[in-house]
Amino acid sequence: MNSPTLASRQAAAQPARPTPASVKWWTARPNLIRTISLAAFLLLWEYLGRKIDPLFLAPPSRIFDAAVELTASGELGAALVATLHPFLIGMAISIVGGIVLGIAMAQSRLVEYILDPFVNAFYAIPRIALVPLIMLWAGLDTTGKVVILVSNAIFPVIINTYSGIRDVRGSIIEVGTAYGATRSQIFFKIVLPSAVPFIMTGIRLTVGQAIIGVIVAEFFTAQTGLGGMIVYYANLFATAKLFVPIIVIGIMGVVLTELVQVIERRFSRWRQLEQNRG
Amino acid sequence: MASLSGPIAQDAGANAAGRGAADRPTMVDIRGVSKHYYGRDTGDGRAPARIVALDNVSATIARGEFISLLGPSGCGKTTLLRIAAGLTQWAEGSIAIDGRLVDGPRKDACMVFQHFGLLPWRSVIANVGFPLELDGVPDAQRRERGMELLKLVGLEKYASHFPHELSGGMQQRVAIARALMRRPQVLFMDEPFGALDAQTRERLQEDFLKIWSSTGTTVLFVTHSIDEALVLSDRIFVFTPSPGRLKTIVDSPLAAERLNGDPRSHRAYGESRNELRSMLMESAQ
Repeated sequence: MNSPTLASRQAAAQPARPTPASVKWWTARPNLIRTISLAAFLLLWEYLGRKIDPLFLAPPSRIFDAAVELTASGELGAALVATLHPFLIGMAISIVGGIVLGIAMAQSRLVEYILDPFVNAFYAIPRIALVPLIMLWAGLDTTGKVVILVSNAIFPVIINTYSGIRDVRGSIIEVGTAYGATRSQIFFKIVLPSAVPFIMTGIRLTVGQAIIGVIVAEFFTAQTGLGGMIVYYANLFATAKLFVPIIVIGIMGVVLTELVQVIERRFSRWRQLEQNRG
Repeated sequence: MASLSGPIAQDAGANAAGRGAADRPTMVDIRGVSKHYYGRDTGDGRAPARIVALDNVSATIARGEFISLLGPSGCGKTTLLRIAAGLTQWAEGSIAIDGRLVDGPRKDACMVFQHFGLLPWRSVIANVGFPLELDGVPDAQRRERGMELLKLVGLEKYASHFPHELSGGMQQRVAIARALMRRPQVLFMDEPFGALDAQTRERLQEDFLKIWSSTGTTVLFVTHSIDEALVLSDRIFVFTPSPGRLKTIVDSPLAAERLNGDPRSHRAYGESRNELRSMLMESAQ
């Protein structure tokens, strides 16, 4: 749910080429194939869903009815807001905090030595193990969700920012030196712009982590948000209603990742060009 | 100075100012510059080897002169260029540019790198404007001067392209335009055409000579190509390796022909070329 299919990523990486006659007709119509595949899957699901006990599996038609019902009652909308609100706050903190910490660690050996034991330890521990502790400290509400999300999502940003800045070629920094740039000019006009593609990749990778963070938090509190809704309807064995928040989370993941990917591509165009030339 | 008998050979110290340049004021004054570094400590108790990168190099370069620093790799020609550009520390001696001692990179002397050194996330015009951006010159002025220079190097149509959309030759033209933005007194060029194919290289040599003659900038040009040194320069500083020394200063016999017509077809071209080659071969053992 947090990354597009391999096929679509490859399609994005390569410019369209004229199709020679020998190529199969379907290579030119990937979306048609995707649609057929999805439709076949839904039909099979509908067929099986009607045969199996509704306690275990609900067919798409009943899920659709449930979605309409939950939307009309306002329950779904409220849950979505309850999830998105901490999600956006947590993403903002992860992005800003991750970039600042990554820069600080890459620029100063002292900061790096002070912080890297914690970053490494945190990164190695499954963050889910810390959730009960965090909830004890930060509570069950928005604050708790934000802290859990940040503890999950900040690391890809820190690590990508750090390696982006460390990756800057010495020869390109020397251009700044040769033209008499000050230290801060070298940082803001050479080092930081050249790390932007790495930072954007870190942000894209972290969208999935952030969604996991917020849903896990809501599982534990089991009160609000899409995660809370999943737990609630699972306990009631209301399978059709249970599927609705799952699908919404899936859509949320795809939309957000696509959105970040568009921004990422915009900022990394030069790097793409550089790599295409080899 | 063994076996230098030809008409173009001169002693390095004796005629440092050069013939055609004797009446012009000095732009670059290199006095007794030496640099050495130490090899890896082998751990067997002996002191690490002392490697002399540059041994007591002295020369003066007149305003507006085109000087090539020629020699095989490891002869110290690039080291001397980098010292003059303020990018490398050295041990002894001094270099003055326009009467002011070099103590770091300076704004009246700009560098052209072998691998162009363009910033890949910036458009051509933003790359060219980079030096003036560092100086705090307003955007409109940078643009105006940048377009002027892009016209000079023949790339005004590519202002909004990105470096990686251009060929190597075009990228180096952009880098040359960038280096001229501050109207520098001196241009340092570190094998600027070394990464280009032969045809592109000749075109760029020709065009750069025209640019040089129209701007009157003093040029220090590092190359290991005898042909390039002969076709471009007023004088050629011939370096020999281990230790890196300025062995000879040679007046290019083609200085008068290079701007009009084909200097390679000149009678003196082949003769000087052979002489320089034997000079370099001798040191390459």
